[in-house]
Amino acid sequence: MLFARPHLIGLEGLSAEEITFLLDTAESFKEVSEREIKKVPALRGRTVVNLFFEGSTRTRTSFEIAAKRLSADTVSLSAQASSASKGETLTDTARNLAAMGPDAIVVRHPSSGAPDLLARHVDCPIINAGDGAHEHPTQALLDLLTIREHKGQIAGLTVAIVGDLLHSRVARSNLFGLLTMGAKVRFVGPPTLVPRQFADLGAELVCDLHEGLKGVDVIMMLRIQRERMNGRYFSSLDEYSRLYCLSADAVARAKSDVIILHPGPMNRGVEISSTVADGPYSVIMDQVTNGVAVRMAVLYVLVGRRKAALDDAAADDGPAIDAAVRPLALAELPAKRAATGE
Amino acid sequence: MGSQLRGEADRVVLDAPGVHRALARIAHEIVERNKGVEGLGLVGIRSRGDFLARRLQDEIAKLEGERVPFGAMDVTLYRDDITRGADHHLVQITEIPWEVDGKTILLVDDVLFTGRTVRAALDALMDFGRPRTIQLAVLVDRGHRELPIRADYVGKNLPTQRAEKVRVRLQESDGIDEVAILPAVHAIGNGGAGLKRATGQARAERARRA
Repeated sequence: MLFARPHLIGLEGLSAEEITFLLDTAESFKEVSEREIKKVPALRGRTVVNLFFEGSTRTRTSFEIAAKRLSADTVSLSAQASSASKGETLTDTARNLAAMGPDAIVVRHPSSGAPDLLARHVDCPIINAGDGAHEHPTQALLDLLTIREHKGQIAGLTVAIVGDLLHSRVARSNLFGLLTMGAKVRFVGPPTLVPRQFADLGAELVCDLHEGLKGVDVIMMLRIQRERMNGRYFSSLDEYSRLYCLSADAVARAKSDVIILHPGPMNRGVEISSTVADGPYSVIMDQVTNGVAVRMAVLYVLVGRRKAALDDAAADDGPAIDAAVRPLALAELPAKRAATGE
Repeated sequence: MGSQLRGEADRVVLDAPGVHRALARIAHEIVERNKGVEGLGLVGIRSRGDFLARRLQDEIAKLEGERVPFGAMDVTLYRDDITRGADHHLVQITEIPWEVDGKTILLVDDVLFTGRTVRAALDALMDFGRPRTIQLAVLVDRGHRELPIRADYVGKNLPTQRAEKVRVRLQESDGIDEVAILPAVHAIGNGGAGLKRATGQARAERARRA
């Protein structure tokens, strides 16, 4: 089995094989978005609910486009419009949605653990689109795909993740994914935003920006999340950007073929300078393109399998299937991909 | 892969020279029927149809001295039974790096059985443009069609029982050129096995874990 999980809550605990399978699938889906007709009938007749309890443009649009390119129907609910504003609990909202029979629920929530809670109350796949400071798995997958595309492989790379690590679900998901795939991870930021406990997760902690970027293959910038800062983490934005803004000067410390990622939205002039954001090392737009492919892959794998399970339960002796579609053993994969790369 | 599963009842119906001869003949027929290779394009259905299309490209080049454009398609996303395999089967890249409008497309697959794969391939192809005609070449036609689809070029017509499995192995993917008929009971977990059986196996595995 290549990916047997019913939900995607986080990258923590996923194996390298499972992550690779999702990335490989996403790579195949990229081609669909380059066609003149950017749509395949794969999830025709399925319904994907986007449940967003927190603002988002990129992720939500990306999930919506992904679902539509697979021919699924999409319904988007935001916190303002949902009954949450009328006092309904999360599980009640979820149960009500589940009663309408969606085939997947994509959820973003300000509280860590909300998607996990939902997964225990509904019987359709839950895809975490970011929960509190916990995880944002599809963002990390698209980052991994972007890195793999540019570097060929992930194992052996050194990746610096810079900025507000304390509040960052992107950093946590990336940490789990990168370590599993065999990369080294360096967390760079002021001690107030890089808690020492993160060292226990396997990251190297560095306080100084120039020190932290020395010899890295990948720089991943994080947004300063002003909306989550209810304490004093640094004396002023001005001071922060003087010490941690990614300038051309700082980039020069990294390897000469470094790539720079940012999950967006960017605070230009705060954590990243415009010269760098629009410069030759930036792969930020590739990330956005890959985001659609990764989300198509996740929806396809999770929703597809659910349908298969239902089919099997319903009709045990359906029509036999053409010999042309065969299960691929994991061991076959490298050879297969090599063959397609001819 | 597969050799350890091979039982006495496996019946080899095409060996390596047989596969080669069938493809060489199909190449001749293609050139004859289309009066040359003008406007022709080969599209192989993954997996294995793409390898066969590559070989036909070589065979046609031997006859006409010209390499006709080649493409490969994964039609999983167009299948009506698609979602059965979502977690077993890696969707591979579709690449048809040339204009299909106005072309004579030669669709290539290894086994023609129910016709559902070809139906999916026709739908997929139409999303790429408007070919002038589409022709179908298969290495083996084993019958039991569920849709009104027929092949224009057939390597070998193979009368089979519905429950039997036809296993095609090719040098490129399996290290050997061979077509064999397997009784259903031997087909478990094998490269040529139908997805249905693998799904059942997966289900058993899930049940065991639960």
